[in-house]
Amino acid sequence: MSERAPISLAAQVGELARRSVMRTLRQPAQIVPPVIFPLFLLAINSSGLDAATKIPGFPSDSYVDFAMAFAFMQGAIFSMVNAGTDLARDVESGFLTRLALTPMRRAALLVGQLAGVLLVTFLAGVIYLLVGLIAGVTVATGGTGVIVLFLLASLIGLAFASLGAYIGLRFGSAEAVQGFFPLFFVSLFLSSASLPRDLIEQDWFRTIATYNPVSYLVEGVRSLFVIGWDGEALALGFGIAGLIALIGVTASASALRSRVVR
Amino acid sequence: MRRFVDVAGAVWWRSVHNFISNPAFIAPSIIFPLFFFTAFAGGLSSVGDVPGFDYPAGYTAFQYCFVLLQASAFGGVFTGFGIASDFESGFARRLLLAAPNRLAILVGYLLTALTRASLVIVILTTVALLAGMQVSGGAVDLFGLLVLALLVSLTATLFSAGVAFRTRTIQAGPAMQMPVFLILFLAPVYVPVDLLAGWVETVAKINPVTPLIEAARGLLSGGETNAAPAFGIGIALVALFSIWAVRGLRRAEAAGG
Repeated sequence: MSERAPISLAAQVGELARRSVMRTLRQPAQIVPPVIFPLFLLAINSSGLDAATKIPGFPSDSYVDFAMAFAFMQGAIFSMVNAGTDLARDVESGFLTRLALTPMRRAALLVGQLAGVLLVTFLAGVIYLLVGLIAGVTVATGGTGVIVLFLLASLIGLAFASLGAYIGLRFGSAEAVQGFFPLFFVSLFLSSASLPRDLIEQDWFRTIATYNPVSYLVEGVRSLFVIGWDGEALALGFGIAGLIALIGVTASASALRSRVVR
Repeated sequence: MRRFVDVAGAVWWRSVHNFISNPAFIAPSIIFPLFFFTAFAGGLSSVGDVPGFDYPAGYTAFQYCFVLLQASAFGGVFTGFGIASDFESGFARRLLLAAPNRLAILVGYLLTALTRASLVIVILTTVALLAGMQVSGGAVDLFGLLVLALLVSLTATLFSAGVAFRTRTIQAGPAMQMPVFLILFLAPVYVPVDLLAGWVETVAKINPVTPLIEAARGLLSGGETNAAPAFGIGIALVALFSIWAVRGLRRAEAAGG
């Protein structure tokens, strides 16, 4: 009797990514909020804060252009929730324990899960952009800028998803992941997401926004829509997103080692 | 009547005790309004310099009024969550069996929401005053502002209670939260209605919450405000959703809790 050939790491990742995408697609509660909620706030903010474009020094004459970054950031925060919730459920349901009995590699679980969440985040980003374009959004950096936008948005999505994965694996509770959602949401509101930092009047708020790394992620995405090619904003955006992703993936891998003990 | 008061009081005391003693319940009720106030009044204060923005008490006071009504409304929604949880745990079923007059149960939950709203109003107002909020309205104006906030709290509680009585599951949480969230944010949140743009301006003009927010801002600034229509709308909403909640209660009774 011949032994079956071991499944390659790529095939394991593919299988778990497919599982991640399928379980998300089967749960409307994981799809509808990441798509609808950012678009709703985009609509509200772009109408409600359109008057802000009259503030001297405001970088755009359209608040909807300015607010597009907010939608992408919200999508990334939802990727944190989805990645964390899925992995926490895997812990709660005993899936990880059963997985430890198989030859499946730990890295495949983490990479597969994150890849699945990223695909959903990417598709949500496509919807934000399409709706934005219909609403009259212009991308100052053109078609190439859209490619860079999705690269940056995907890296930011990975950064948040990896933090969610760490929380899900570390606490092993979907409720704990949900509990972290407001914290991430607060970090978005306490950034330069609603106004450029130099136009924030309150010193204490501007200081918080300056030290808040989310500001630089927002500004990186926003520069592609309203400023044009801004090397500093993009370098900071990619650099900080990459750093958070590195920390998140490392922490998640460590938490996974503790969870999947063979 | 004595039994009615006893049941309402017992439901009120139990719910308030649960709310006060459980950080998972009390923290969101207090932290979220403070967070919104901080983010809006702090982060967006330069919006108050926009041409046409002529609210005399300043942007902090402008946002305080919105957050006050929002916090009052969400206190009501959270009370609705509590009702739904009581049904899921089976407590409400026993309560329905034990209460001689079941309307007292609803009244108990309404008293809970008012207590909850009062606590949040005190904390939010203290923080706003410490942040330098200008208050130009007189004592009568401020009393009117408080009454408006409590009317909003009652409306949201009655709406959420109606949903909770019909569904009897906490899974209906989004059905309580989202409509309240939507109607509040489709009002003039960041700027007066005249400075809104696009379809939100159209929606805000027919949104019943808009007169409530405008009246609250008028009362706080002490300017010439015709707040009577806002109180009329507030009372009408309470009356309308009282019917919704009582009918929901009857459905829960018919379903046996």
